[in-house]
Amino acid sequence: MAGSDEAVLAGLLRSAIAGDERDYARFLERTAAIVRGFARRRTADGGVDPEDIVQETLLAIHLKRHTWIADAPVLPWVYAIARFKIIDAYRRRGRRVEIDLDDVVETLAQPEPDRVSERDVGRALDTLAPGQRGVVAAITVEGRSIGETARRLGMTETAVRVALHRGLAAIARRFGRD
Amino acid sequence: MRTDDLIRAISADAARRSPPLRAAWWAAAAVSLAVAAVAFFILLGPRADIALAAETPRFLFKFLVTGLLAASAFALLRLLARPGAPVSRAAPLLALAPLLLAAAVAVELAIVPADDYAVRLIGTNLAVCLFFIPVIGAVPLAVFLAALRYGAPTRPTLAGAVAGLAAGGLAATFYAAHCTDDSPLFVATWYSLAIAGLACVGALAAPLVARW
Repeated sequence: MAGSDEAVLAGLLRSAIAGDERDYARFLERTAAIVRGFARRRTADGGVDPEDIVQETLLAIHLKRHTWIADAPVLPWVYAIARFKIIDAYRRRGRRVEIDLDDVVETLAQPEPDRVSERDVGRALDTLAPGQRGVVAAITVEGRSIGETARRLGMTETAVRVALHRGLAAIARRFGRD
Repeated sequence: MRTDDLIRAISADAARRSPPLRAAWWAAAAVSLAVAAVAFFILLGPRADIALAAETPRFLFKFLVTGLLAASAFALLRLLARPGAPVSRAAPLLALAPLLLAAAVAVELAIVPADDYAVRLIGTNLAVCLFFIPVIGAVPLAVFLAALRYGAPTRPTLAGAVAGLAAGGLAATFYAAHCTDDSPLFVATWYSLAIAGLACVGALAAPLVARW
């Protein structure tokens, strides 16, 4: 089971790093499922939303994918990144316990459905510069393609791609700061 | 935000590529070596009697131990920049240089009369040593921390300390050509202290510099 995961993930990631968007999406979906299980077990005491961990891990994987080398195993790399993000989440949590009381009440009153996180990524999205926010929101929340986003916002596709990349990098940076 | 939406955004960014980490390390090694060499020749230069000194085992031993420290710390540093890399398998390599130096100290204590210990330990230029090893190693440390920032250290404090050891080993390898104190007693005390200073700076700086 783990062996087949490993081989499939390595193949998909290699193809993704070569620029294949579909294989990249497949890789990220499989990885998200693996990290979700891992994060749920490790955050069973509550306090940290496992879906936040999934999303932070996927962003870190994306921005640091050059730290994977093609002949190294993928799963230890993924787990090491996820573990680092869990520790980071608890560390940030500890630093703002009093602020979090409201969030906890909200979470209790309104349990979040699966695979949705309104907390960190959504909140980080709101802090982006308007140009980047428009592009990232169009592609994520509204589900548009690069081409559609370019036409709708009156930008070139290259400009959309640049804004998307910078927006994702800015979201990833925000996590460590709040 | 739904995770599926985030996946769509990330995969749309697949075309954006960054150079492999390996390339960053080779660039860092080349730049830090060049900067340390230039700093050494401008600030200090080799000792006047280097041709004679090169025939003495104590002088040559300094390069062996500092060079070994730089190489082993650099190898470990590269692993510490990659999540999930087999760090624990390479970590014992880092003990080689200290063990070798400890053995040399034992030999020195055995073959030198006890009355000479203090003279050899204090040497003639320990202040120069304590000042110039950190000075020569400062830019290499900054370069290694920049490479670490490009990587993804999951143990940033440890990685920063090892970056300091690599930069200190490199700086000490150059400094050893200027230094006229060749006794392992001197090297084990003052070189180690200077290198430890760089390791502390690295350990403190890396968690701030290499956030990800």
